[in-house]
Amino acid sequence: MISIGAQQLKLLEKLCNAPAVSGDEGEVRRIVLEEVKSYADEVKVDALGSVLVTKKGSGKNRARVMLDAHMDEVGFMIVSDDGNGFHRFEIVGSIDVRHLAGKQVIVGKDHLPGVIGTAPIHLVHDTSGKIELNSLSIDLGASGKAKVGEYATFATKFKRAGPSILSKAIDDRIGIAILIELLKHAPSNIDLCLAFSVQEEIGLRGAKVAAYYFEPDLAIAVDSTPARDLPAQNDEENVSYNTKLGFGPAIYIANSSTVDDPRLVRFLEETATKEKIPYQFRQPGGGGTDAGAIQGARAGVPVVSVSVPHRYTHSPISISRVDDWKNTLNLLHSALKRITPALLR
Amino acid sequence: MTDILPFLKSLISVSGLSAYETPVANLIEAKWKPLVDETSRSRLGSLHGLKRGSGKSPRSSVLIATHMDAIGLMVTQITDGFLHITEIGGIDPRVLPGTPVVVHATGGSKPEDLPGVIVMPPANLLPEGEGDKAVALKYLLVDTGLSEREVSKRVGIGDLVAYDTEPVEMSGENVSGHSLDNRASVAALTICLEELQSKSHVWDVWAVATTQEEVTLGGAKTSAFQIRPSIAIAVDVTHGRAPGMNDWETFLLGKGPTLSIGANIHPFLYKRFAELAEKLEIPFAVEASPAFSGTDAETMQLAADGIPTMVVSIPLRYMHTPVEVVALKDIQRTGRLLAEFVASLQADFFEKIVWDPS
Repeated sequence: MISIGAQQLKLLEKLCNAPAVSGDEGEVRRIVLEEVKSYADEVKVDALGSVLVTKKGSGKNRARVMLDAHMDEVGFMIVSDDGNGFHRFEIVGSIDVRHLAGKQVIVGKDHLPGVIGTAPIHLVHDTSGKIELNSLSIDLGASGKAKVGEYATFATKFKRAGPSILSKAIDDRIGIAILIELLKHAPSNIDLCLAFSVQEEIGLRGAKVAAYYFEPDLAIAVDSTPARDLPAQNDEENVSYNTKLGFGPAIYIANSSTVDDPRLVRFLEETATKEKIPYQFRQPGGGGTDAGAIQGARAGVPVVSVSVPHRYTHSPISISRVDDWKNTLNLLHSALKRITPALLR
Repeated sequence: MTDILPFLKSLISVSGLSAYETPVANLIEAKWKPLVDETSRSRLGSLHGLKRGSGKSPRSSVLIATHMDAIGLMVTQITDGFLHITEIGGIDPRVLPGTPVVVHATGGSKPEDLPGVIVMPPANLLPEGEGDKAVALKYLLVDTGLSEREVSKRVGIGDLVAYDTEPVEMSGENVSGHSLDNRASVAALTICLEELQSKSHVWDVWAVATTQEEVTLGGAKTSAFQIRPSIAIAVDVTHGRAPGMNDWETFLLGKGPTLSIGANIHPFLYKRFAELAEKLEIPFAVEASPAFSGTDAETMQLAADGIPTMVVSIPLRYMHTPVEVVALKDIQRTGRLLAEFVASLQADFFEKIVWDPS
């Protein structure tokens, strides 16, 4: 078993705290390049900014296996400087507007500190409606200046709490951390192709061209998926929780962008059972991963997705369990070691 | 003038929700001790610092009240390891989803601070229609990241939940954080006491960090009764202007404090403050506070047989949210104005405070 120690936690913290809104993934890209350089056979930054890493195996008859995790996160872009430190902004990706008011943000390359303010309760007469985006500004302080087109993210810093981790960008830095760890423990029976892809949150763009480039025999998207395992407050049973924290890696069967390859689903399930690694099936339903874009590359790629569950998707603070991270990493590691070209026959 | 920023940052990093002010009171007392002749606590927990004047006994006295309590939340129920919460003081629940908090947990063998976050449950887990609009406070939950078992061992009903946003220095000497209402005024009063170290003053000065302003105004009421000052000044925050807010209920940051006019304020004291500020070239805005000033002045005015009161306020944006913003310059000016006012009080000033001067 690969364990999660101080070193892995430190790397995840660094990855999570870096701002990397879709289209502006530079800070995470730099961390990834630094981490992979001494383990990879080939490293390429492609036309869109994804980091594509190849690690060749040594055996005969090796399958070409692509693993994908996305570097980008949801965030904001400055759209106007209204003077006196106030800036209007747009949302990049999907963020529920109810998560905006009263939050700290960091803006631009220099991480300028700012806040998304809102009218005080004393001056508000009706609090039943949502605070809409068009009534909000990022306040950078009296002389604060940001340029139109600069990106911003929530300022939340990575935290540990008991068995959990709290961060703004678990989706999908936890996948990035897993890919880096798998490269460091790359099995020799396969050619490992790692896509640290861009622009997942705004249309699975990086993965699409990465899959074309790698031309893999099969691919696994490693992402983070919502756990809606909260108590119901409507006298009904919570039957659509998607996943639950603490129940291990979530194996996908079907979602809005893909029906996962049944052979790969079964293979992951067998691997988990054989290795006694806890796992859960993500409840089939909406949502999607880069697998949707990879599947259609060239003449087609058999795909499956595996996610680390997190609560509070695309909010200032998501929560995941370290054990789910560890079990996802080990399920993938065990699976990679068992892959042969026969798997897909 | 000393740099108040480090003290201000420590003031907004320490706990002290209404009626649970002891941690912040201890911090303020340590800071004030060298600046005053004696300190004490009231029966309701307010911190009193007395700096004696040079006049002959019995001397007149001025009470300067800055409330030190902060709004926050409290645990009402625990379900499957998630905390239900209610408010202490006035909070717009719409700023809460995604807010980092600290739970002052008392359920275990010793008190401990647990990090957490206020979360908005998905719509399908709420009653029909409740999940599509702003989610009401009663449906919001706190997730500590701990297992259900750990939560039940460590958290209890009635435990406090406080905002946990870190202090941030922004451009233009603006500072952001929670609880700047009213720790910004505590900082201003501290500057006043520092300035008075090198200024002579005839009157006694009672620097008071009051409790429970956000819930009952009880600290100021009882301290004013106990101290029976000749006059009292409430220093609080007022609404700072930001986009989307009108310009008659809000005030620009960085343009000095506001001086209030209204029923809680003795007109003579207002006049004296306004004249002094003009003389010192300290910018200020006039704040109309008809009927209620929303400050400790409301109850101090009514203590015992009545006390002439004044209200001075520091503009602050986004009041009662986790990201309040103030301008350091306004805090400094408020502190200086208070010190100059105290120093200007002559032995017979109290007799001059009259209604309807001819």
